[in-house]
Amino acid sequence: MKLIVEKRSSRASDLSILFVSLFSVLVALIILGLIILSLKKNPIEAYIELVSWPFGTVAGVVQTLIAMMPLLFTSLGLLIAFKMKLWNIGAEGQFYMGAFAATWGALFVFDHISNPWLMVPLLMILGMGSGAGWAAISGLMRAYLGVNEILSTLMLNYIAIHWVDYLVYGPWKGAQSHNFPITATFPKAAILPQYGANGLNLGIFFALITSIFVYYLLKWTRLGYEIEIAGDNIRAAEYSGINVKRTIVIVMAISGAISGLGGMMEMSGVLFRLQPNFSPGYGYTAIIIAWLARLNPFIAIIVSFFFGGLLVGTQQIQLFLQIPFSLINVFQGLVLFALLSGEIFLRYRIKVVRT
Amino acid sequence: MKKLFVVLVLLLVSIFTFASSLKVAFIYVGPVGDAGWTYAHDLGRRQAEKVFDGKVKITYIESVPEGAEAISVLKSLANRGFKLIFTTSFSYMEQTAQVAKQFPNVIFENCSGYLKSKNMGNYFGRIYQSEFLVGIVAGTMTKAGKIGYVAAYPIPEVVRGINAFTLGVRTVNPRATVHVVWVNSWYDPPTEKEAALSLINAGCDVIKSETDSAAPLQAAEQNHVYAIGYNTDMRKFAPTHFLTSAIFNWGSFYTKTIKEVFDGTWKSESFWGGLETGIVDIAPMTDLVSPQTQRLVKAMKEALENHTFHVFDGPIYDQKGRIAIPAGRTASDKDLLSMNWFVQGVIGSVPK
Repeated sequence: MKLIVEKRSSRASDLSILFVSLFSVLVALIILGLIILSLKKNPIEAYIELVSWPFGTVAGVVQTLIAMMPLLFTSLGLLIAFKMKLWNIGAEGQFYMGAFAATWGALFVFDHISNPWLMVPLLMILGMGSGAGWAAISGLMRAYLGVNEILSTLMLNYIAIHWVDYLVYGPWKGAQSHNFPITATFPKAAILPQYGANGLNLGIFFALITSIFVYYLLKWTRLGYEIEIAGDNIRAAEYSGINVKRTIVIVMAISGAISGLGGMMEMSGVLFRLQPNFSPGYGYTAIIIAWLARLNPFIAIIVSFFFGGLLVGTQQIQLFLQIPFSLINVFQGLVLFALLSGEIFLRYRIKVVRT
Repeated sequence: MKKLFVVLVLLLVSIFTFASSLKVAFIYVGPVGDAGWTYAHDLGRRQAEKVFDGKVKITYIESVPEGAEAISVLKSLANRGFKLIFTTSFSYMEQTAQVAKQFPNVIFENCSGYLKSKNMGNYFGRIYQSEFLVGIVAGTMTKAGKIGYVAAYPIPEVVRGINAFTLGVRTVNPRATVHVVWVNSWYDPPTEKEAALSLINAGCDVIKSETDSAAPLQAAEQNHVYAIGYNTDMRKFAPTHFLTSAIFNWGSFYTKTIKEVFDGTWKSESFWGGLETGIVDIAPMTDLVSPQTQRLVKAMKEALENHTFHVFDGPIYDQKGRIAIPAGRTASDKDLLSMNWFVQGVIGSVPK
């Protein structure tokens, strides 16, 4: 008996991708169940809590939608860059910069504007501009200096996070915060309309529109065509007369703009004030979401919804089964691990051969 | 027919009893196993759970990040029938107020914050009184005259504690200094330990911790300097160098509040109890502390309980030696709640 691993010749079909993804989640759930069992708690109850609230009730679905909003924005941003094989892993930093710019606008620049119809678009422009600028730095360095964008985007994340820390611990500390690192609350005009007690806001609506925009951009525009060619083969793109350097910068800027818009929406829609560590790593989870969605902006909606629900569902497990916080981290890691290892089955065929 | 009726009645009764049992939740900023702040709250929760044995359903959730996730957790609880929610950190104040506005039928209690509304109260203990008492112990034990203080955030709650501690130190050791290092986190054991080590390296021979974990005490034990804890009796983390601890006993407050909500007599208030209520105290002093000092601390404790003496009775000088609270006056609660200056003897600064 011998195990042979061979590369699949054809691309995996959509059905098999779906099947492997579902199977991976199942495996993660079974391992989670075993761990919960070892804590002498009922795993069935845990499964029910994990799913029933975030996906099965109106209030829970609203919470899931709110949790998925930043994930969808950042994954859409990444997906455009990944399409061109530009490995932007700086969505976290671009998200922070968007939140920073929105806070700057809402509290210090446009604070005298009381009309939300003027204020919100201005903040959106600021959020997008700041995210775009931040990502464009990496784009420019990649295009004209040959600096690896994986490293530059990652390092810019830390700078963005520390920049926000500096502001919130220092000059932007709110007068009412009694020295606690948190800014003042946004003025009314800078807050997105909230629907119902659960705070459903327009952010998710904008995120869905962005998905359509990204789809349109990739599918029907000249830029989308250039991205596709350059993503396949940069040389070929150059020979066919595409200005690849310019395209790199533009694509990075658009990618950052979308993540930055997400940061602005999180501020204006959910948090209303800037504070350190306001993102539990949305920009990193987005890398996995973009990948699982196979860089398809519509599938990204479904995957973000799933990950948003996972966030809300794991809170329910903690609340009602009193499972330690660290186990929740283990579970989220397990899901990712299972999903990524499922990839092997899509790319390779494993055969048992008798010798 | 009769059978069906009985079943129906039983069903109704069971639904009624289920619906009438009060559901209470606690949101913790750190893990229950931090041995400090969150552990103290959890001890309080467990005490209340014992008192109401089955009549009240109590749950908790630990290590909730302070941003959108805190809001999400609060909404889950409010939506799922919880009628009383304790958020046990200043960091949750704004989020609690935000959700409280949207759920007027749910009662919220925020620990150590100042925002209050019809369905949101706040509560805290006058831990600065305990800080003063353990300060006396530190002042008698230091040989170098330098005491290290590991502090979380430069907010009034912490500044007040440092000041009270320093006043305690200086009642017995007028030339001793208290050196402050900010960790800028409630719970970050590696950084807390680093802070303690840097203070020890700077020559401090007593370490006072104010952050949520016991890491500074462990650092003190390893480096053979005295250790004073916070939140709970932390003697097991520094078995040979532990002196005492400024501690919280949240149990009686939690029991009282849950009972009030249960009976429908709850009213929004700002509760700030002192030593006389038992919500704050000091842990039993170890044998390292001399009997004379122990007697002095007990006498001062009695004076604080009887209000014959207040920690912030003037004259009190600020770091520059200017008079901050004149003789014959005492700081008001309003002054205490917004305190952002250090008393004489503190080495360090409050970022402005």
